[in-house]
Amino acid sequence: MSKHTLSVLVENKPGVLARVAGLFSRRGFNIDSLAVGETEHPEISRITIVVGVEDSPLEQVTKQLNKLVNVLKIVELEPGSSVQRELLLVKVRADLQTRSHVLETAQLFRAKVVDVAPDTVTIEATGTSEKLAALLRVLEPFGIKEMVQSGMVAIGRGSRSITSPVLRATGAA
Amino acid sequence: MKPAKPPEPGKATPRTAAAAARRMSATPAPPPKPAPASPSPSAASPVAQVRDVSATGAQSLIHSLEAIGSEVVFGIPGGAILPAYDPLFDSKVRHILVRHEQGAGHAAEGYAQATGKVGVCMATSGPGATNLVTPIADAYMDSVPIVAITGQVAGPMIGTDAFQEADIHGITMPITKHNYLVQRPEDIPRVIAEAFHIASTGRPGPVLVDIPKDVLTAQTRFSWPPTLELPGYRPNAHPHGKQIREAAKLMSAARRPVLYVGGGVIKANATAQLRRLAELTGIPVITTLMARGAFPDSHAQHLGMPGMHGTVGAVYALQKSDLLIALGTRFDDRVTGKLDSFAPDAAVIHADIDPAEIGKNRHADVPIVGDAKQVIDELIAAVKTEHAAGRQADLDGWWQQLNDIRDRYPLGWDEPDDGSLSPEYAIKRLGEIAGPDAIYVAGVGQHQMWASQFISYEKPGTWLNSGGLGTMGYAVPAAMGAKVGKPGATVWAIDGDGCFQMTNQELATCALEGIPIKVAVINNGNLGMVRQWQTLFYDQRYSQTNLGTHATPDSTSLTGTGRRIPDFVKLAEALGCVGLRCEAAADVDATIKQAMEIDDQPVVVDFTVGKDAMVWPMVPAGTSNDEIQFARGMRPTFDEDDL
Repeated sequence: MSKHTLSVLVENKPGVLARVAGLFSRRGFNIDSLAVGETEHPEISRITIVVGVEDSPLEQVTKQLNKLVNVLKIVELEPGSSVQRELLLVKVRADLQTRSHVLETAQLFRAKVVDVAPDTVTIEATGTSEKLAALLRVLEPFGIKEMVQSGMVAIGRGSRSITSPVLRATGAA
Repeated sequence: MKPAKPPEPGKATPRTAAAAARRMSATPAPPPKPAPASPSPSAASPVAQVRDVSATGAQSLIHSLEAIGSEVVFGIPGGAILPAYDPLFDSKVRHILVRHEQGAGHAAEGYAQATGKVGVCMATSGPGATNLVTPIADAYMDSVPIVAITGQVAGPMIGTDAFQEADIHGITMPITKHNYLVQRPEDIPRVIAEAFHIASTGRPGPVLVDIPKDVLTAQTRFSWPPTLELPGYRPNAHPHGKQIREAAKLMSAARRPVLYVGGGVIKANATAQLRRLAELTGIPVITTLMARGAFPDSHAQHLGMPGMHGTVGAVYALQKSDLLIALGTRFDDRVTGKLDSFAPDAAVIHADIDPAEIGKNRHADVPIVGDAKQVIDELIAAVKTEHAAGRQADLDGWWQQLNDIRDRYPLGWDEPDDGSLSPEYAIKRLGEIAGPDAIYVAGVGQHQMWASQFISYEKPGTWLNSGGLGTMGYAVPAAMGAKVGKPGATVWAIDGDGCFQMTNQELATCALEGIPIKVAVINNGNLGMVRQWQTLFYDQRYSQTNLGTHATPDSTSLTGTGRRIPDFVKLAEALGCVGLRCEAAADVDATIKQAMEIDDQPVVVDFTVGKDAMVWPMVPAGTSNDEIQFARGMRPTFDEDDL
């Protein structure tokens, strides 16, 4: 089973996410991570899906996705030629004795402290899922009270844009 | 008995002056002229241009249906859809009031499959809409272009578990090609035009349009034609030239090629092209359940139907083939049997309008995405080029094997020992007497398989059935829809006693609306196909398959009441039809002829047949096609030395 990152450009309309997510579950694929947001063109949304499947069922899912009327374009982003990031917010136990160690750890990972309480600090970190996993491993001994992670977002390296050809094709640009 | 309503569409003059005035103000009678660029290729009649007139959402909906050329809507009114029924009262669009929404959906399917046009059904919110789910799923599986219009509770009520609320948009998402929940009245014409366009182009399929009641009652402006906004919908009809040349090369070199033809060839109106290609190449043709009629059964190159109940010849041809030319077909499990042993030596050329079908079940060596008509046209040209260069396959040896198999294992049946009427005989005679111009519509089960085997189909659009979903109850309402679409044709529903009891209420619709279909109930008193499996695979333990429609005197059995329950002749009469019964082979012809002579009301013939007849040949589910039996326990001998 290998991980694939799909960038799916869709019309920004109600129900589109349900169609896309439903298609995955109907064909028996588990979505590892999902992130949705507007693009530079408000009428187009971008869904980033990370899914663990073999190549041949992935091709079938991609074809089925392409059949959805609201789906404009699907691009698979390879880790080597794209920037892939997740966002982590984690609330770590930190009293007077441990706070400086926790802050040091955050600095090592170029993470930010976004909230402080007498017995906790909340850290914001971005990065690949490997980097965030490493951060969590180091913070774990201090005591993690709560954490939340976003789905992965990804963008191709270089000057090419996957949205502009879509807009040309649809006559929106 | 006279039909209560004339069958032609121009039914209504406005019932009231107020209605007339409303209609006049809404449509300022523009001269009908062909639209320069029609928004929908499915539009049957000239599309009038309408500029920005005042209308309610409901009027806008009905104007849209008129403008797009809809002749008929099958439906039932109810609370949420009620606003749409008011302008429909005055419309030139004929509405046929069915007795159950499932009937409306199947009727729309039957209409679409018989005419090639988009079928329309309409229902109210909640249960009305959910009753459409089965026919919508059926249309999705068999790629039938229908548009289902449902009322929805008013916008502010959505999500509150309001009376008769069901999220039909969500429910039908996985069984529609596309669906809509209309939010604004001004979107109605565009949504209807898009729905018809999506339903009828590319790989056809069902589209649902759900319209909240407040959107139907709101004031809006109506203009026609609207501009379609479908940036993500680009069906690709035109095949790739390189793939076509590659396919032609393989076709000219193969020693055991087979044209494996599916329903897509009928949907693409490509049957004339198919015949040209077959005759040009001499390649044997097999037609799947959905493609019966795509190639004449009487043609010498036709080997029949493949699959679980296909002919030995067709199954043998697939298994021994070195090249499958699959056209508009999807390698369904009922055709392939156990997939990894299907046509093990064959290279595959797979042409389909839907790219997702290619390689889904079986790897395609030459994938071709395109409309079957264009694909076959280009294949013909490319094959001619191959022939001109002196490359043409010699198929004599292949035909020798095929003819040998076909002669040794023709379709047939054993007459029942108990002297009962054999269902196969009744169906075969029905086909011979009604002829190749009649439209035959089957339900699902043994009668469906026999109807596909023992009626000779010569023309496309003369065989309708529920193939993919296998919906019992399809036949009667679909026959009704087919008869509405082709009023000049004789339409025979061939149904089982199980299927018939699921949807026969639509005979009341047929009787009242003047839709004189004919129904042959192949009444073996049982859920016959299930019983056949119980005979073969469940040690003859007949659990819950006796329907009691025979007058069995056995008092030890719950169903042995000594009465026919129901008595289909009496039932037919109660529903406003003529009821006939036939219980002996000697009476079959006379009964069919009697039914053929009645053309002013629907006819139901109860063919009371024996319960032990089984469908053969058979490939048991989940096994290899090589395990085909042409009769119980009888496997054909294939002479392996020939290959």
